Amino acid sequence: MFIKARYPSAAELVLDILSVDFNDTIMAAAGEQAEKCLNDSVSQNEGKFILVIEGAMPSKPGYGTIAGREMMDIVKDIAPKAAAVVAIGSCATNGGVPGARPNPSGLKSVSEVLNPMGIQNVNLPGCPADPKLLVGVVMHYLLYAKLPPLDDMARPKMFYSKTIHEQCERRSHFEAGNFVEAFGTPEAEKGYCLFKMGCKGPQTYAPCPTIRYNDNASWCIMAGAPCIGCLDMKWPDNFHPFYEKLKGVSIPGFGGAQTSADKIGKVLGAATAIGVAAHAVGTAVKGGSKKEGGE
Amino acid sequence: MSRIVIDPITRIEGHLKLEVEIEGGKVKDAWTSGTLFRGFELILQGRDPRDAWQYTQRVCGVCPTSHAHASSMGLDDAFKVRIPDNAVILRNLIEGCQFLHSHILWFYHLTALDYVDVVSALSAKTNDPQLLAVQAKLKTFVDSGQLGPFANAYWGHPAYKLTPELNLLAVAHYLEALDMQAQAAAASAIFGGKMPMTMTSPPGGVNCMVDLDLIANFLYRLKKVQSFIDNKFIPDVLAVAPYYLDWASIGKGHANFLAWGVFDDPASRDPYKRLLPRGAVYASEGLVAQKVGPEMVTEDVTHGWYKDGAPRNPAEGVTEPEFTGYDTDGKYTWAKAPRLNGKPMEVGALSRMLVAYTSGNEAAQGLINYTLAQLGVAGKPEVLLSVLGRIAARALESKLVADAMVGWTTQLADNIGKGKTDLFAQYEIPDSGSGIGLWEAPRGALGHWNQIEGKVLKNYQLVVPTTWNVCPRDDKGIRGPIEEALVGTPVHDPKQPLEILRVVHSFDPCLACTVHVIDPDTNEVRKFRVS
Repeated sequence: MFIKARYPSAAELVLDILSVDFNDTIMAAAGEQAEKCLNDSVSQNEGKFILVIEGAMPSKPGYGTIAGREMMDIVKDIAPKAAAVVAIGSCATNGGVPGARPNPSGLKSVSEVLNPMGIQNVNLPGCPADPKLLVGVVMHYLLYAKLPPLDDMARPKMFYSKTIHEQCERRSHFEAGNFVEAFGTPEAEKGYCLFKMGCKGPQTYAPCPTIRYNDNASWCIMAGAPCIGCLDMKWPDNFHPFYEKLKGVSIPGFGGAQTSADKIGKVLGAATAIGVAAHAVGTAVKGGSKKEGGE
Repeated sequence: MSRIVIDPITRIEGHLKLEVEIEGGKVKDAWTSGTLFRGFELILQGRDPRDAWQYTQRVCGVCPTSHAHASSMGLDDAFKVRIPDNAVILRNLIEGCQFLHSHILWFYHLTALDYVDVVSALSAKTNDPQLLAVQAKLKTFVDSGQLGPFANAYWGHPAYKLTPELNLLAVAHYLEALDMQAQAAAASAIFGGKMPMTMTSPPGGVNCMVDLDLIANFLYRLKKVQSFIDNKFIPDVLAVAPYYLDWASIGKGHANFLAWGVFDDPASRDPYKRLLPRGAVYASEGLVAQKVGPEMVTEDVTHGWYKDGAPRNPAEGVTEPEFTGYDTDGKYTWAKAPRLNGKPMEVGALSRMLVAYTSGNEAAQGLINYTLAQLGVAGKPEVLLSVLGRIAARALESKLVADAMVGWTTQLADNIGKGKTDLFAQYEIPDSGSGIGLWEAPRGALGHWNQIEGKVLKNYQLVVPTTWNVCPRDDKGIRGPIEEALVGTPVHDPKQPLEILRVVHSFDPCLACTVHVIDPDTNEVRKFRVS
């Protein structure tokens, strides 16, 4: 994850700013020595480190282990000792693709594992989640000693409070009724709205149009591809088929287009909020949030 | 005799455990175990076939683009659509960025630390202000006591041979390469929207925007990466290799090599005329390229955590996961054992470069012959069948691909200028059908098999590079390629098995996509037990 960060770059993050003690993709040590890095970092920095979790945890024994231990047990062990826990990427926040129907390895998200223990993690959903999101959260924590304000799904409000459709650079084409009807057509070449090609922008809460990807080089709709919703907490199962037009959104020329397109995201947002609230009742018993900053 | 277990193997993607038996300072036997199960094929059943390439590329954050392309090519095949020439070029360009990104990342960030002693770089003597700055930065870092990713490694191990000065140069390039791999990813985003998870290569062609401004932006970034490969990557490999020439005779393994081939020629679309062509080389039968096809592939589950059954071709693969605990005499991994005509096959850059070399590919022959001459082994391509050969192959392939990409970019600009702007071919989803996409990820041969019924996916099967390399023994007890390559590896100190990491890393294993099952009868994984 860190390795794709640009400003600050991966090199600056790793050498100048943070102390990245255990990351199995970049670390020099292996085997016992790698395990030592993890254990030392946890015991020497108890209550002071940020635990960043990528990936979901299989609930079926034997389906995911590191050093002979269940991934889920490792997380349950370490998370209570962290100052803050950040789940990054769709797999960690909501199971993502490997957790999609029928969820063959019984994956659990970070929240599903930690909330019952009374630990509220930050969620940065996305497949991929951009490193800027993680850098943003970590920097906020370093500057203000607390996490940024979170919404009811534990996502930072600064990143996830608007739909793609609200921020889209092709929005004026939607309003004007200029649509791409098929790929490889003059309309596609002109950069018209991709709504009819299945774009899930109206349903997806994500900052893609403003953060862009890879050194601000581009993002999906800018490159010509309809949004498939991959930064949303309900992705992918609430978003497929990816190339079929969203139902329930009326289009310009037939009245009230903007309202309808903006409303669909909000309706879905409300429905999911209830689910999360129901979950919160069960965790309140343990006496609130592990860390400050969450709302 | 002692047995050691290394878990986790780090500086790879995914989760790999390795058990080796050591006798007389050498590896006598080895077992590789994939320790994470995911089950992608089950997830695809019943979904819209047009979406398969979006799901399957998410099998891995390191080579998503290759999965996207193999998947879309399989769907192009099932939909019986011939994509336009520009779409071939653009898929090549997006794929090419993936290769450059992956090889640079692998060399500098995943395997270099097996050869470069970071702590030794502190004692390097230099007057170069840039290197001094890197050294000062490194010193601050080490003095702080927080070594981060460089902590608890095998620094000072006698198998590290470079001079402090070369170690420092390598650390400097380690940092520069962080920027370069990001630059390659950014180039791919120009046409692909983002990286990882490319967005513009659906079945039918490409759906990206193309204009001269974007082409110029792409070319600018590509040339930066190309210059890094020419001026740093290849010279670094040539500078480091002489200190490690013994590694040209370690890690040979079975020496059977398979490539499905990658980077289509827009005109011919012939897999044997790809930039890196299709073929197999069996070293025991001489360095000669032979024809291969998907019908030759079977997968064996004797030592994988699946219910026993006869080896099957992926087109009719039936597998039931059954976790029975780790037992090197019985089942010990989530990986299946793919075989080509019953033989274990190594896949990856070395396989591709050898197939290209033996197929008469002039660019590959030129690069390999030049490198052999530089290292004083002119006319001896057999030294490539080794750990060092795998490293050299990735560096040389990076140059081959970067150079070709500059050519394709020019060809694209030329086509657009002539008004040849087609990017996408329309199609109907058939009620039923099937297709195969055979392609290459940076890590090696990649195959996607799809089956459509009632306009939805009925079956989907992937046979991925690391499954070929990291697979267990088969029903005849023949080791997988990494297991075999480890046999004979010297181990100075079993508590610091640096040499073993060198062999494993030389295959660039990526376990993220290795494990997947298909269960056509139910949508569930039916049973497992822990013993």
